[in-house]
Amino acid sequence: MSGRKNPYLTVLFSVICAVYIFPILVLLINSFKTKEAITRQVFMLPTAETFVGLENYIRGVAAIDFFRSIGYSLIVTALSVALILLCTSMCAWFLSRVGGRLCRALYYSFVFSMAVPFQMVMFTLPYIADRLGLTSPWTIPLVYLGFGAGLAVFMFTGFVKSIPLSIEEAAMIDGCSPLSTFFRVVLPIMKPTYISVAILQTMWIWNDYLLPNLVLDKTRGYYTIPMAIQSAMTDSYGTVDYGAFMALLTLAVVPIVIFYIACQKHIIKGVISGAVKG
Amino acid sequence: MNKMLKKWFPIFLIPTLVAFFIGFIVPFFMGLYLSFCEYATIESPDFVGFANYARIFTADSQFWYSLGFTALFTAVSVVVINVAAFAVALGLTRNIRGTNLFRTVFFMPNLIGGIVLGYIWKMIINYGVLIPLFGKDLSYSSTYGFWGLVVVLAWQQIGYMMIIYISGLQSVPEEVTEAAKIDGAGRWQTLRRVILPMVMPSVTICTFLSLTNSFKLFDQNLALTDGKPGRLTEMLALCIRNTYGTTPKSHGTAQAMAVIFFIIVAVIALLQLRSTRSKEVQQ
Repeated sequence: MSGRKNPYLTVLFSVICAVYIFPILVLLINSFKTKEAITRQVFMLPTAETFVGLENYIRGVAAIDFFRSIGYSLIVTALSVALILLCTSMCAWFLSRVGGRLCRALYYSFVFSMAVPFQMVMFTLPYIADRLGLTSPWTIPLVYLGFGAGLAVFMFTGFVKSIPLSIEEAAMIDGCSPLSTFFRVVLPIMKPTYISVAILQTMWIWNDYLLPNLVLDKTRGYYTIPMAIQSAMTDSYGTVDYGAFMALLTLAVVPIVIFYIACQKHIIKGVISGAVKG
Repeated sequence: MNKMLKKWFPIFLIPTLVAFFIGFIVPFFMGLYLSFCEYATIESPDFVGFANYARIFTADSQFWYSLGFTALFTAVSVVVINVAAFAVALGLTRNIRGTNLFRTVFFMPNLIGGIVLGYIWKMIINYGVLIPLFGKDLSYSSTYGFWGLVVVLAWQQIGYMMIIYISGLQSVPEEVTEAAKIDGAGRWQTLRRVILPMVMPSVTICTFLSLTNSFKLFDQNLALTDGKPGRLTEMLALCIRNTYGTTPKSHGTAQAMAVIFFIIVAVIALLQLRSTRSKEVQQ
């Protein structure tokens, strides 16, 4: 490859990038403006009269107890992802190493579940979760494990098949039990898959709206961030406080951007290796 | 090893299996059964055979409208997203400055959830474009809503598909494109006859992904238009939710719609995979 860079393309992409990031900037700008200024001149920078400092943030956070929602979102996402990683990796290893008709049937049921849209279970799953008492942020991870197992089992199985059996057999001969073989030998080898699965599941669960909205017990105030945003917009009956709403949207975007910048490389790798799910 | 491992199934298998039954198997088959029932509450369903399906096929015009709207939306978005993502990927695999920064920016909207994304764009489209230019907002016409949804989904998905196309393009060996050049192929010819066939696996994946993502769209639809005006921008997933609970018979009807929705998604997935797989180049 020659060292010659194409300056026109660089300029072109800089312009497209600026357009691309523009909505986020507009959001940020408007979170510091008065309600009237937002609806009247959305693209204008705040002026002396329209600048309100952190007022929107204070009002928004107070109105819907937003930090509590961030807490719930963190609990739900972290617990669910941890549970999915641990359980489905063990399950996938077991299924592909034991083999046989039953294991294959189970594996194909997991694959099948990937093709089923949530709408298919959206009326029955909340009923079952409610009957079993899985309606708090600490118990909903079990629901996520069940509904999200398909992709995770599929990805882990794909990787397990590429690990040579001889490594595990050597460990077993040396006296390792299956459990210690899994945790000491298999788990370290599968690290890249763990990261990919973790990224994909985090992206899904953190942003998921419909499932937690139907399953979590809202009478106890269990609102995740997407639920809180949606209720802030719809429960106000036409008199939406746009200033506070912009502040809330900004607060919802910030953690994601930080997370993204911190583990960008892994995220992109995860996307490429998980690019099978529809 | 096999036999020894088998005994350990309570630890390795049972947790996932129990959750899978609670979170998928049981609700799936319950849903399937309930689509043949009429019920006020889930506990007391009355089996009515195909009555729910019959009602959808004969009397429910909203379902068919939503299906048509969703199909049109899906067709437009798949083309827009894939053409744009492929073009961007082509540009970014050239030797230009700042490639990594551009990639980072293009991918970012993907991590923002559909609800948040929908509201960000609602503000921009309403207060930045439609009201100043036409004095009307998104809820005025379904055309506005339609293109609004296309813009939102494209903005979100282009980066994701771009990443997949880039990884495909990078696996095309340079000797092959060099050879095409020496043989006198022009840029367009090289792209169509050499590069495109070689990145066909990426095309398969991206088309498949964007197709199902568009077809199953819910969050963005709810936030951006909420079906307005009337129910004219209501896509299938939203239609199913909005049908549930409107009348005593609607529970079974909504569940039957969900079953049809599932069948369409599954069939698309199968057809798509089969038709594009055959175009892939074996190496």
